[in-house]
Amino acid sequence: MDRFVWTNGLLEMNETLVIQQRGVRLYDGDEKAKLDVGIVLLSTHRLIWRDLKNHECCMAIPLSQVIVFEEQAAGIGKSAKIVIHLYPVSPNKEPGPYQLSKFPYIKLSFKEHGQIEFYRRLTEEMAQKRWERTPASQPVPTTTGSQAGRTRAVGIVGIERKLEEKRKETDKNISEAFEDLSQLMVKAKEMVELSRSIASKIKDKQGDITEDETIRFKSYLLSMGIANPVTRETHGSGTHYHMQLAKQLGDMLLAPLEERGGMMALTEVYCLVNRARGMELLSPEDLVNACKMFDPLKLPLRLRIFDSGVMVVQLQSHSEEEMIASALDNVSEKGSLTSEEFAKLLGLSVLLAKERLLLAEKMGHLCRDDSVEGLRFYPNLF
Amino acid sequence: MSFEWPWQYNFPPFFTLQPNVDTRQKQLAAWCSLTLSYCRHRKLYTLDVMEAQESSVFNNKKIERKLSMEAIQVVFEELRKKGNLEWMDKNKTRCLIMWRRPEEWGKLIYQWVSRNGMINSVFTLYELANGDDTESEEFHGLEDWMLLRSLQALQTEGKAELISMDDGKGVKFF
Repeated sequence: MDRFVWTNGLLEMNETLVIQQRGVRLYDGDEKAKLDVGIVLLSTHRLIWRDLKNHECCMAIPLSQVIVFEEQAAGIGKSAKIVIHLYPVSPNKEPGPYQLSKFPYIKLSFKEHGQIEFYRRLTEEMAQKRWERTPASQPVPTTTGSQAGRTRAVGIVGIERKLEEKRKETDKNISEAFEDLSQLMVKAKEMVELSRSIASKIKDKQGDITEDETIRFKSYLLSMGIANPVTRETHGSGTHYHMQLAKQLGDMLLAPLEERGGMMALTEVYCLVNRARGMELLSPEDLVNACKMFDPLKLPLRLRIFDSGVMVVQLQSHSEEEMIASALDNVSEKGSLTSEEFAKLLGLSVLLAKERLLLAEKMGHLCRDDSVEGLRFYPNLF
Repeated sequence: MSFEWPWQYNFPPFFTLQPNVDTRQKQLAAWCSLTLSYCRHRKLYTLDVMEAQESSVFNNKKIERKLSMEAIQVVFEELRKKGNLEWMDKNKTRCLIMWRRPEEWGKLIYQWVSRNGMINSVFTLYELANGDDTESEEFHGLEDWMLLRSLQALQTEGKAELISMDDGKGVKFF
């Protein structure tokens, strides 16, 4: 094994590939080499072995080093092998994976067969001795120049060092990438500051700047992707996007709202809208903002926030008095009702049913009985 | 004579403090009148809050409803504001309950005295509350502290004067 030298795995100028075979394990004499199964390549000049996963781990023996070789047949639990006897190590040899070996021969163990063909081609090449006719340009060292000395590591240490270098490089790449991001964030902050200052200037000099200029400034700010905070504060309205969205929602929600008795919980609306949109999903925030636009846009829908914080979308025509009256009627008819029973009765969600009952209570039409059995509502007899 | 419960007593929401302000006010008024009439019926002058919770006023076993401790405190506070209740300790565990205010009691006593033509006579307190002559009167058996307060109320009106006697207190009506 000490005859092997590290190589980059590339063929030399005059060298040509003869055959390659996967699934070959190397033996240092009779002992298994501490390397994984790899690919063995036979070229006109060299016998090359490369690790299957780590392509950097590649080594070779010049064919001129081969004295003789022989086949070893496969046995039970043993793969077929080719034994290759080698000349002693030349004193000016390049570094390789093994510093020293007591065996003057190596074995190639063919885990995935192919030894017969490999043996035949090897025999051919050894007979032709093409490496003598067209010597390879120069024995190319693994790396060039002054760096060669440093990186020429030997054995497992060498492999590890290479892995370590690779890791460092990756690290560097990552940190560089994030550096860009953080710079972008710093810049974004500046942009926001800038847009704020412009906006406040517009606000201050309302009279001095013409309408056209104001609009142009605002369009700049919008194109930067930064919503103008002033628009929201001064006009109490959201962006163009939300307005458009509100219009779209108004169209699509009318039918389902009528089906459900004029009121839907916002969560339900959210699911419905996003299912309809398929890929272009809405964020909950955008939905709320769009719903807030219903009123200023004079759409027939309203976003209603109950005292408990529950948000619903309801038809404008949906009358509160009617809702309360129906709740009172239902409760009076049954004597008393829980929100669950009421929900079942009306085919509403429990949440909405409860909100209706609470509303009726707030208006003084119902009163509650909060016991271990749960919250029941009674007609207000007080 | 058995106590006649008001209709609210069998109405479950009566035992839950109502969140609606208007409803709650009506509810509390009903509670106050129930508490006072019950105490009057049972001739109770002091109440222990813990015991009260278990008494049948605040605990309707028939409909399995019980007024919570907090709600009882709210009712009592309401009674205090109306002058029908006084706390006996800082922790508000015991209270004096005055289903008639001292002035009202004083008026009743004075009426009895004048009816019997005993103005300008002197009575001992024991005589008034426990004497044979007053047996048929409502103030018969009135607790000492209550009696004393009623007479003090009369005194401020100038209709009576409390006198210290050898074995206790006496009162003279004008």
